[in-house]
Amino acid sequence: MSEQKIDGFELKPGFKGMASDTGSDQTMFKGVHWGKAMMWIFLLSDTFVFSCFLISYMKGRGSTIVDWPNTSEVFSLHVGDVPVPLLLIAIMTFVLITSSGTMALAVKYGYEKNRKMCGWLILATAVGGLTFVGMQVFEWSKLIHEGVRPWGNPFGAAQFGSFFFMITGFHGFHVSIGVIFLFIYTYKVFAGHYESKKRGWFTKMKGDYVEIEILGLYWHFVDLVWVFIFAFFYLW
Amino acid sequence: MEETNKMSETTKKEEQTSTQKIGIYLWIWLLLFVLSFFSYMVDWYQFQGMLRWSLILFFMFLKAGLIMAFFMHLFWERYALVNVLLWPMTAIACFIFLMTAEFKYTLFSRFFYFVVGGA
Repeated sequence: MSEQKIDGFELKPGFKGMASDTGSDQTMFKGVHWGKAMMWIFLLSDTFVFSCFLISYMKGRGSTIVDWPNTSEVFSLHVGDVPVPLLLIAIMTFVLITSSGTMALAVKYGYEKNRKMCGWLILATAVGGLTFVGMQVFEWSKLIHEGVRPWGNPFGAAQFGSFFFMITGFHGFHVSIGVIFLFIYTYKVFAGHYESKKRGWFTKMKGDYVEIEILGLYWHFVDLVWVFIFAFFYLW
Repeated sequence: MEETNKMSETTKKEEQTSTQKIGIYLWIWLLLFVLSFFSYMVDWYQFQGMLRWSLILFFMFLKAGLIMAFFMHLFWERYALVNVLLWPMTAIACFIFLMTAEFKYTLFSRFFYFVVGGA
């Protein structure tokens, strides 16, 4: 959340506010931490990358004359002898949403300077992310064992494998990077770096709990992308 | 002296940054669970055709909107930031529109030359 009061400025709400913020001959995103603005711009560019993947998937799937594999059969798991469609994917979705919720609470407790709660919630988020990546590894190995390759598969159109590995792989890579940073920030919060105003190793600037919100933005974005992958790749 | 400075700085910060009540996050969290459950049910009951696609899209956009608005705080951000982030999405919409025309043409050509055997 932006800081809504800035000394010497009257910040107007709504579109009037947008016009005066943009035309103020000064910083445009008023009350927004520079790191947060940069994270948003990075996420915007990342949105375009993922959009390109999903659009090329649409184009590939739409233009093949061979039938597309039935995803609810391909991604089913057997519980006993009964195949349950998309079971693993559903669990992965719930795990990721859970971790998104804990992250949102971590941001809130961070701003309230509740160091312990913030730290535990970031740790919970990291564990959720790790669980997600673990299940994705299981899913990949299962499909590879069944003969899915980037150039072909036993279930249908050959393009299926390349889109699957590309899209879920790129998303899983994002999750993995996020997990690494979540563990780093768990340490930073528990060690009290924001209370002692310890300088960061990279920017050499004094940290603040706004960094937790920036981390949260990245993590929620990973969840956001999964919403689209879940809808278009697994359910469609 | 330094202690007082630190104190006044913290109180200043707390005045500036408003946090939302915990209830709103818990509600959104619950809603996301329910919506994910519903979109899974779309596959479970094997809805087909327009009903399937419209339900998938409906739940998807609702979930994405909730995450962006409340978890990513866009609902509380200033319009200068929100508009810079959301307007570029129209470019993606244009790209989807273009590629829809493209895949239809490719599909037509493949049928025409590979299946029918050309003119």
